[in-house]
Amino acid sequence: MSKTILSVDDSASVRQMVKLTLTGAGYQVIQANDGSEGLAKAKTSQVDMVMTDLNMPIMNGLALIKELRQLPAYKGVPILFLTTESDAQLKAEAKAAGATGWITKPFQQEQLIAVIKKVLGA
Amino acid sequence: MIGPDPAELFRQEAQELLEQLEQSLLDLSDRQQDQDLIDSTFRALHTIKGSGSMFGFEAVAAFTHYVETAFDLVRKGTVPLTVEMVTIALAAKDHIRNLIENPSSVIEEQGGDILARLERAVDVASNGTQSASAVHSDAGVIESGNEQPSSTAATKPAANRTAWHIRMRLPKDCMATGTNPLLLLDELAGLGEARIVALSDAVPSLEALDPFECHIGWDIHLVTERSKAAIEDVFLFVLDEMELSIEPVAGETQTAVEEASTVPQKEESVSASPKVAEQAAATPAAPAAVVAAKPTATPRGEAGAAKSEPAQGKGGAAGSIRVPAERLDELMDRVGELVIAQSRLKQVAASTTDIQVKAIAEEIERLALELRDTTMGVRMVPIASLFGRFRRLVHDLANELGKEITLTTSGEETELDKTVIERLNDPLIHLIRNSIDHGLESAQQRQDAGKQPQGNIHLSAKHTGDKVLISISDDGRGLDRNRIQAKAEENGLLAPGTKLSDSELFQVIFQPGFSTAQQVTNLSGRGVGMDVVKRTIEALRGNIEITSTPGQGTTITLRLPLTLAIIDGLLVRVGTGRYVIPLSAVEECVELPSVEEQRSRGRNFLNIRGDLVPFLRLREMFATQQPPDQFQKVVIVSSGDTRVGLVVDQVIGDHQTVIKSLSKLHAKVGTFSGATILGDGTVALILEIAHLVARGQQRDERLRAAS
Repeated sequence: MSKTILSVDDSASVRQMVKLTLTGAGYQVIQANDGSEGLAKAKTSQVDMVMTDLNMPIMNGLALIKELRQLPAYKGVPILFLTTESDAQLKAEAKAAGATGWITKPFQQEQLIAVIKKVLGA
Repeated sequence: MIGPDPAELFRQEAQELLEQLEQSLLDLSDRQQDQDLIDSTFRALHTIKGSGSMFGFEAVAAFTHYVETAFDLVRKGTVPLTVEMVTIALAAKDHIRNLIENPSSVIEEQGGDILARLERAVDVASNGTQSASAVHSDAGVIESGNEQPSSTAATKPAANRTAWHIRMRLPKDCMATGTNPLLLLDELAGLGEARIVALSDAVPSLEALDPFECHIGWDIHLVTERSKAAIEDVFLFVLDEMELSIEPVAGETQTAVEEASTVPQKEESVSASPKVAEQAAATPAAPAAVVAAKPTATPRGEAGAAKSEPAQGKGGAAGSIRVPAERLDELMDRVGELVIAQSRLKQVAASTTDIQVKAIAEEIERLALELRDTTMGVRMVPIASLFGRFRRLVHDLANELGKEITLTTSGEETELDKTVIERLNDPLIHLIRNSIDHGLESAQQRQDAGKQPQGNIHLSAKHTGDKVLISISDDGRGLDRNRIQAKAEENGLLAPGTKLSDSELFQVIFQPGFSTAQQVTNLSGRGVGMDVVKRTIEALRGNIEITSTPGQGTTITLRLPLTLAIIDGLLVRVGTGRYVIPLSAVEECVELPSVEEQRSRGRNFLNIRGDLVPFLRLREMFATQQPPDQFQKVVIVSSGDTRVGLVVDQVIGDHQTVIKSLSKLHAKVGTFSGATILGDGTVALILEIAHLVARGQQRDERLRAAS
C-alpha cells in the first residue's frame, strides 16, 4: 500500500512540483496551502508523513508542527519542513517544535525522494 | 492526473506574488511601521526567490535574494524602512517581472543598478550602524550554497574499505518527533557490511518505561568504502542532539587517510542517499530495535478519527482552483447554447399534452437557468484587482508631476464580468491620468485656492440593479465650461452660440480631436484619447457621465453592464422580423395614437407627459414591405440623458438573450450590436441603442434647424 504524504506549502508551483515528484515515486499526496488547512486535512486523513513550508500566511509551519505533535495520531509521524534558509536558529526552533528533519530549497527531485525515503523507509 | 507544467505555474504564481508585493509596498510607502506589511513583503520576496531557483529562474532567485535580504533586515528591526527603500523595491519588483517574463530583453546593468541603490538606501537607513555590505556578504553565502555541487561521493571501487566502530545513542524523544531508529540502522547497514549490537543498559524498568522514548543505544561495526562524512550524514536530522562516536578501527583501515580528506558535506546538501539495504532485518540488533520501535505503530487511524474536529472555516476559503480564461468562455458558450435549446424545448412542450414531457421540460428549464446563473457567477471578479493596479499609476504620476496625490477607493469588492474588467483597464488609466494631469492643480495653486495641498482621487464602484457604476472623482479645479465651449466652437464641433446643458457640453470632450490642455505633458498624448475611452465604454454597452463643479472637482461615472454574455432583452416585431432591444435601455412602452400617427407624419415627435420625444419608425429604417399593424407601439429607450422612441408593430415580451456577435462582414453595421437565436431556432437581431438614439437626435436637430 502506498504511503500518504501531506504537503503543505503556500506556493502552488512548489506544491505542484512536490506532487509530481512524489506521485512519480509512488506516494499518495494530499495538498494544503497553509498551516490551518494542513492541520484540518491532517485531522481528517491518515497521513504517513508531513512536509511543510515554514513561512506561510495564516498559520506558519512552526505552529503547524506544534499543533500536529499535540495530536496522538501524529506522535511519531515524520514531519519534514522545507526551508530556503541555512538559518541554524530556525532549524533548531523547528526541531524543538517536533520536526523530524528538513529539506533545503531549492531541491532536486532525487534529493527530495532521498530525504523522504530516509525518514519514511523505502 | 498530471497537472500543468510547474514552470508555467510558477510564472502565473509569480505574477500574483508580484502584484501582492506591489500592493504591500505601496501600502508601506504610507505606513512604514506596519509589521504585517513588512512581513507580507518579505514573504512574497521569499517565495519568489525560493520557487524561482527551484524552477530554473536562477537570475530571478539571485536578484530577489538581495532585495529579500534587505527586507529581512527591516523585518528583524535591524534597519528602519524608508520611503526611498520602498521606491527602489518597486523598481526591483518591475525588474523581477522582466526577468521572469522577458529575460532576453533585460539589461543586466539595470539589476546591478537597483541593487546598488538599495544598498546605499539600506546604508543610509541604518545610519552606519549596520553596514549595507551585510546585504551582499550574506547573499554570497547563500548563493554559494545554491551552487554547491552535490558532493555525493561517487561510488568508488570496493577496494578502499575502512572499518569503523560506531557507538550511538539517539535522543530520548527522537521517536516522538518522527525519527524511526530502525530506518537509521537500515541506512547505515546499506553503506557496507554492518554488525549491529543493541545496548540495553539504559532501558528503565517496565513501570517507568515510556513506550515513546528510545532508551536503546547501538554499537555498530561497519566496513564501508564511504567516508566518515557519509556516515554522519545518515544521522543528519538528529546529529545535533544525539551521542555519536565514529572511530576507525585500528588495523582494519586500508585507505582511511584518503577517505577522511573527502570534503565534508554541508548540512544543506541532503543528496547523499544511500541505498537502503534490503536485508537489514537480518542484523543482530533488529529484535531490540523492533521492540523499541513498536510504539510508533500505534493505531493512529482510530485515534485520529476519534479526535478529528470539524475542519476550520478557513480551510474552505482556500479551496479554490485556477482555470484558464478560455475554458470559462467556452463554458459560457455551451451554457448559452443550452439555454437556447432549452427554450426550444419549452416551446415544443407547450404544444404537447404529454404531462411527463411538460414536467421534464420544466425541470430542465429550472436547471438550465440555475446553471446559467452559476456560470455567470464564476466569471465574476472583484474589481479590486483593477483598482489595485491604479495605485501604482497614481504613485508614479504623482512623482512625475511633483503633485501630492492621495488615492482612495471604495467598493473594491464589487464584482464584474472578467471580460469587462479587462477591457476597462485602458479607459480607466486614461481617465485617471486626465484627472491627475488636468483636473488636479499644483500644490501651490491648491493652497492659493484655500485647499489642502495634496489632491485627492477617489475611485469607487457599486452595483445598481444590473449595472455597475464606476466613478473617478477628483477635487481639482473642475471643468471649465467656457473654455470647452470656446474650444468646441473653434474646432467646429459646435455651432457658435449653441446653448447646451452642462452634461451635454461635457460630452463634447469625448469627441475625436478635442483637447483643451494648454500644454501636452509627458502624460497626456500617450495611449488612447477620450474619444477612444467613450467608444470602448459604449462597446461594453455602457455609458459615461460627467458632473463637475468649478473649483470643487469633477466626477466621471461609467455605467456598465454586469456581463457581456447575456442580456435581458425586450423582444419586438417589425413586419415579419423580430428584434431584441436591451431591456436596460427601455424606459416604457406606449401605443402610438393613430391621431398622432396622422398628425406627426413628417414631424415624428411624440408627446410623453409634456416632453417632446423624437421617434424613429423602424418599419422605414428596415424597409419593411408588409402592411403595418393597426396599432403601432412605441418603445421609449434612453441612452445617457437622451430619449428616443422606436416604433414597432408588436411588443412580444421580455426575453433572456445570449449574445452572439455578428460576423466580421457585418462589423460596420451600426444599427445592430449582435444577434441571438430564439426558441424556435430563428435569428433575432439585437438593436444597438446608442446608435439609434444618436440617429434620433440628429433628426431632432435637423428638424429643429428646419423649423
